Amino acid sequence: MNRRLWLALPLLLFAAFVFAVGWRLSSPPDPTVRSRMVGRPIPAFAAAPALAGRPGLASTDLGQGGPRLLNIFASWCVPCIAEAPALLELKRRGVPIDAIAIRDTSEDIADFLRDHGDPFERIGADPVGETQMALGSSGVPETFIVDGRGVIRYQHIGPLLPRDVGTMVAEWEKAR
Amino acid sequence: MIAEAGLAALWLAAALALLQFGLSLAGNRLGELRAMVVPAAVLQGVLTLFAFAMLIWLFWRTDTSVVLVAANSHSDKPLIYRLSGAWGNHEGSMLLWVTVLAAAGALLALVERRLSQDSLRATLGAQALLALGFFGFLLIASNPFERLDPASLQGQGLNPLLQDPGLAFHPPTLYLGYVGLSVAFSLAVGALITREVGPALARAMRPWVLGAWVLLTVGIVAGSYWAYYELGWGGWWFWDPVENASLMPWLAATALLHSINVLAARGSLRAWTVMLAVVAFSMSMIGTFLVRSGILTSVHSFAVDPTRGSFILGLLVFYTGGALLLFALRIGSVREGARFDLVSREGALVVNNLLLTVILGTVFVGTLYPVAVEALVGEKISIGPPYFNAVTGPIVLLLAALLFIGPLLRWRRDSRPNLRRIAVPALVTLVALAATFAAPMGILPRLGLAFAAGLAAASLLPLAGRKLTRTPLTIWGMVVSHLGIAVAMAGAASDSAFTRETLAAARPGETLSVGPWRVRFNGVDPVDGPNWTAIEGHLTATRGGTTLRLDPQSRYFAAPPTETNEAAIVTRLDGQLYTVLGHQEGDRWQLRLWWKPFVTFIWLGGALIALGGLMALLGRVRRERRRVVGLEEQPA
Repeated sequence: MNRRLWLALPLLLFAAFVFAVGWRLSSPPDPTVRSRMVGRPIPAFAAAPALAGRPGLASTDLGQGGPRLLNIFASWCVPCIAEAPALLELKRRGVPIDAIAIRDTSEDIADFLRDHGDPFERIGADPVGETQMALGSSGVPETFIVDGRGVIRYQHIGPLLPRDVGTMVAEWEKAR
Repeated sequence: MIAEAGLAALWLAAALALLQFGLSLAGNRLGELRAMVVPAAVLQGVLTLFAFAMLIWLFWRTDTSVVLVAANSHSDKPLIYRLSGAWGNHEGSMLLWVTVLAAAGALLALVERRLSQDSLRATLGAQALLALGFFGFLLIASNPFERLDPASLQGQGLNPLLQDPGLAFHPPTLYLGYVGLSVAFSLAVGALITREVGPALARAMRPWVLGAWVLLTVGIVAGSYWAYYELGWGGWWFWDPVENASLMPWLAATALLHSINVLAARGSLRAWTVMLAVVAFSMSMIGTFLVRSGILTSVHSFAVDPTRGSFILGLLVFYTGGALLLFALRIGSVREGARFDLVSREGALVVNNLLLTVILGTVFVGTLYPVAVEALVGEKISIGPPYFNAVTGPIVLLLAALLFIGPLLRWRRDSRPNLRRIAVPALVTLVALAATFAAPMGILPRLGLAFAAGLAAASLLPLAGRKLTRTPLTIWGMVVSHLGIAVAMAGAASDSAFTRETLAAARPGETLSVGPWRVRFNGVDPVDGPNWTAIEGHLTATRGGTTLRLDPQSRYFAAPPTETNEAAIVTRLDGQLYTVLGHQEGDRWQLRLWWKPFVTFIWLGGALIALGGLMALLGRVRRERRRVVGLEEQPA
């Protein structure tokens, strides 16, 4: 057995390992779950009203008339507070927005909207997160753009920041 | 003050490690100063233990003026999870790592009496250099005692998946195993430096490798069981990169364990054993690095900034690269050991080592291939269980076949192996193989069941014709471990051949069937825990005259917001009924039911493997103590 040969093998394997890992360290992977829902019709759901005196949200409400934003939020979610100004700005620019509140209570939602503004037309309650799962959403906040035929055209994962407002308006215009 | 005391102890220990390394480098020029190496090692171990105790204390008090505690603990958590929070995070787990490393060095300095003074000093120097790198990493890049100003109110909590008694002790067990291999690494490096690779080295290394291997076995078996009942997917081994990260050191350590025996008994396989010792600890470092660097995403990884990743990678390159380089330089001067024929005990152990190494290489390549491909081509691929099962399965069967004959062969040469002795196991294998054709199954499970039955018989052969009470513990250990492999193989094969699965959305009052069981879904109730709320399903399972109640839960934690599935599992003699409650769909609930015949054999076998290792360890330690006492009684 050639000693040099089997000496070289672990060194080679190790060098390959160092190379692969060094590369990975320099370009970390994107941990977000990409929804496969983009380009598909919105799954059927019917969420009860989250607030008394306000309409709930069903999949049939989306896909009537023009494109709409669907925002997935929760009063207990800190990044949702961060994205509130961006949502208000979108509303000011005439983008209609509906919401689904994940695992929330009416009182908490009412407090949240009082403190951080209320850009929503309809708010559906999703007490156990089943609608969220159906939409292929992996966390809060998330925002979808659903066009007039009920097809999901765009998905934004994470909070909407001021810099995202332009993109969202453009995507919403595209979905007309 | 507690945090500052811990930090000060760490700095002192690091200084001592530097001193210890310097002293061992200086060698004979310092005369009597040499004697300081051992006390330095011991004091360093005591100081790091003290630092770790301080961290535990901080977590016990939930002292939220410390960043680490505020980020990973919560005042509402049960005590055991407040404590396990201490190592359930990046900085704490690295401190645990260093603590075990320094404590192992201290123990080595105290108990090692067989090696020459020079070899021991070189070994302790290598151990100090290892510790130094990790001390540097802790103090420079991940200080566990950093203060938070102002203090947080109650802390953020621990990943709820990790709130499990088994899991509180899973990382420490694995770490003890990983770092126990560091001693084997240092011994190998010390022996290379002093050119003293021989049976004495093997005898010095053996208890450490045995101990580390037992702990790794326990850690992996426990981890596998945790994944099985906590993650609620019904499987026991997913070939997840993180599982592989703990499996690779175990494979290397298993090979090392067997080659050490050849070196100790016959003086052969010198270069190979030293190489394996380097590889085994390198695999431990690589495993820890992979898991903790955030390179692989899983429940185990703590997101780490690239600086930290690069730091550990640098350490890895330095230690592993340095050891391999030293090996390359010195291996020419390592004498060849005694010769042996292929058909001999040594020959069988060499084949065992080659097969284990092939599995190790397969797992290593399979784990890193996706990353390498993405680096080279930019394409995302993932390698899953099909690849690993298809490649490792046949090799495991070969290993099992080797076990029929290997332990019965004589050392050096066995020109006429006594093949009559394996007639019984061979017959058992054939009968079992014939019996498996009563049910449809894949080729691997079929052969697995047949070989497991034969191996159970074959593993007992070394006891044949011996007085059982006079048989040394080391032989018993081998027999029990090999029997454990048969039992675990039977469990794994049975699980893949006979598992029955039912997935359904059921209304309260409906009855489902899975395997021989009828399961009635009675409805759900909300329940409250200390820091979670849950929906609990109520099931009644019947088979023949047996009726069982199962209450699987879907738990929801508020801090951090997470959902976990608590499967309800009932163990019977012939298998486990495994039930999971899923989401609500209108007036129905998703239910996942599995009937898994003899699945518990997997972990029972794992426990036997570890028990055998423990018996062998006790046997070795007893024998060595007798030998040392015997030597001291004869004036040389």
